[in-house]
Amino acid sequence: MAKDDDGIAGSKTSLSLVTNLSVIFLVVLWLIPTVGLFVSSFRDRDAITESGWWKSPFPTQENIAVQTEGEFVETPEGWVLTGNVFGEEGSGEIVAFGGSRAEPTAFAPGETGELVRGRTLQIAETGDFTYFYPDEPSRNPTVYIAAEVPPNFSLVNYETILESAGMDVAFINTLTVTIPATIIPILIAAFAAYALAWMDFPFRGTIIAIVVGLLVVPLQLALVPMLQFHNQIGIGQSFYGIWFAHTGFGLPLAIYLLRNYMVGLPRDIIESAKVDGATDFQVFTRIVLPLSFPALASFAIFQFLWTWNDLLIAKVFLPASSDSWVMTVKIADDLLGSRGGDWGILAAAAFVSIAVPLVVFFTMQRYLVRGLLAGSVK
Amino acid sequence: MSPLIQGILTIVIGVTGCIGYFWSSNFVLDRFVFPARGPEAGRNINRANAVRPWLFLLPALAALSLYLVYPVFGSFWRSLFNRAGTEFVGLGNYGLLFGDGEFRTALFNNFLWVLVVPAMATFLGLLVAQLTDRLSWGNIAKSLIFMPMAISFVGASLIWKFVYAVDPEIGIINAMRGTLDMSPLDPLQVGFWNNFFLMVILVWVQTGFAMVILSAALRGIPEETVEAAIIDGASPAQIFFKIKIPQIMGTIVVVWTTITILVLKVFDIVYTMTGGNFGTQILPSYMMEYMFRDDGRATAVAFVIMIIVLPVMVWNIVQARKEVR
Repeated sequence: MAKDDDGIAGSKTSLSLVTNLSVIFLVVLWLIPTVGLFVSSFRDRDAITESGWWKSPFPTQENIAVQTEGEFVETPEGWVLTGNVFGEEGSGEIVAFGGSRAEPTAFAPGETGELVRGRTLQIAETGDFTYFYPDEPSRNPTVYIAAEVPPNFSLVNYETILESAGMDVAFINTLTVTIPATIIPILIAAFAAYALAWMDFPFRGTIIAIVVGLLVVPLQLALVPMLQFHNQIGIGQSFYGIWFAHTGFGLPLAIYLLRNYMVGLPRDIIESAKVDGATDFQVFTRIVLPLSFPALASFAIFQFLWTWNDLLIAKVFLPASSDSWVMTVKIADDLLGSRGGDWGILAAAAFVSIAVPLVVFFTMQRYLVRGLLAGSVK
Repeated sequence: MSPLIQGILTIVIGVTGCIGYFWSSNFVLDRFVFPARGPEAGRNINRANAVRPWLFLLPALAALSLYLVYPVFGSFWRSLFNRAGTEFVGLGNYGLLFGDGEFRTALFNNFLWVLVVPAMATFLGLLVAQLTDRLSWGNIAKSLIFMPMAISFVGASLIWKFVYAVDPEIGIINAMRGTLDMSPLDPLQVGFWNNFFLMVILVWVQTGFAMVILSAALRGIPEETVEAAIIDGASPAQIFFKIKIPQIMGTIVVVWTTITILVLKVFDIVYTMTGGNFGTQILPSYMMEYMFRDDGRATAVAFVIMIIVLPVMVWNIVQARKEVR
């Protein structure tokens, strides 16, 4: 399928400009929500509520009240306090300042502001100030400034969720659920798929049809009976329960994908191996399994994403106590409730939970796409 | 025992158990049950080959019947009993459901979801697939639009919670309303339309899926048909609607039904965004309200979902049977 860009109707320049622009528009539209979350996760709680994340790369102008620190020095004229309003580490650019809450932006930087009772205040653009009192001050005064504050990003939200919010436990739990629940169904399904693809036996077609039918059975049906079953056999709500459940629920797709792929393998190879005396078991382990690697990888990615991202099964088959929460449950049931207003924490938690799937997605996209196509285009 | 160690042990036991089962069952079959020697060697080989497929299938069939086939009947049976499971109430739970206003809302909303989400996702997916088809950076664009597929529904909901936030300094929607001098509002509490704002999230996730599959289908269209149409003087729009769409109709149907099935199962979005409040309840999240509290009703809801899915299931099976023959 060559990409003919000229000599063909439908690739006129004006049309291709419109195409480019509309694709850019769609991509931006699709990215904005995620970018918003990503940026917000690096901003602290105050920054998030003070200005939109879309303004965060730019310096913002903020009105700030600063309690001055340090000691007044007595001079022949009066008492003088010098220092920097941003403290020792901070930085920023003063746009205006004032000496009272009522008029926080009365003077321009560099100006000498005349305040009440003969006091004067001078603040330079850099934040250096000189406060003059004709009489002895009883306490340190507060100054009001409007400052350009540079963009401020930090990892403080990530520190909070990993250290105090229990997200680290949830992360480990998610990993614990995901890996066995990805590996075990592959093995079981691979043997079944081989039988359905390359062995001849009665009811083969019926079994394939049943597997296809089971692809769409709503998992909701399994929740109550299977939980009851788990309780009866004594595993109750536990990691064993969720591994079994994910294995069972993942099998139809696994068998379907793998069978579709295995059926397409060249017949000659398999038949000549059999003529040479290979048993089905040998054909499967030595020839079909290695050749099916792309399909195995596709399914592994699907199952990994699905188990990692699952909320329903985890809510039902894992214990309800906080030490066995996976990340999705942690976010949906705990963080959204107890820290509903703390957007920074929520953003960081969400990002921790989606980071691994995103990495898997971008590194293994090829297999994912191949799996999707094997499953749907027929 | 820490869950992690438990997990590693499970992998080891599970994998060796599986391999051990397949290997040893084969070994026993070939060596002891139907050995390929002695006076009946030839017959034994045939017999062993007739049994072997079932050895290969056994674990899968056992797991499938236990986790997917049995629950269909188990759930239906359970739904005929009262909350504690002690008293047979016939179709009483279903009666209760249809008498409950919230259930009817959920049913109606689910109907809206099934109508809107597959249509929008398929339409947008097809649009992106067609637009990026001849673009030099098409693959990057597709990859970015595909990305939400990797994100959990909980993650996606949180992402959109930011977009929909009431505070115009957090929610970009309300920030835009602000620039137009409109007062901020909570999109999730706007009656009726809030359902559509929730659907947007699933459309956002699923468009990538539709796009990937439809894009492959578009590429699979024989070039000659398009060239012939160009020579006959067809406009780009005509080529798209009259040449390309009919040829990928089968794929469009598959994408549409796949998303429809998904829509009927997803409870995460409603659960995380509104908890089913403000008239946004759908069946899967309605079921979760009764899960752990009234198994009779919960299974009844699950069975209603099953009945809605049933036509698609039958259609899938019919297609599969055609294919195998």
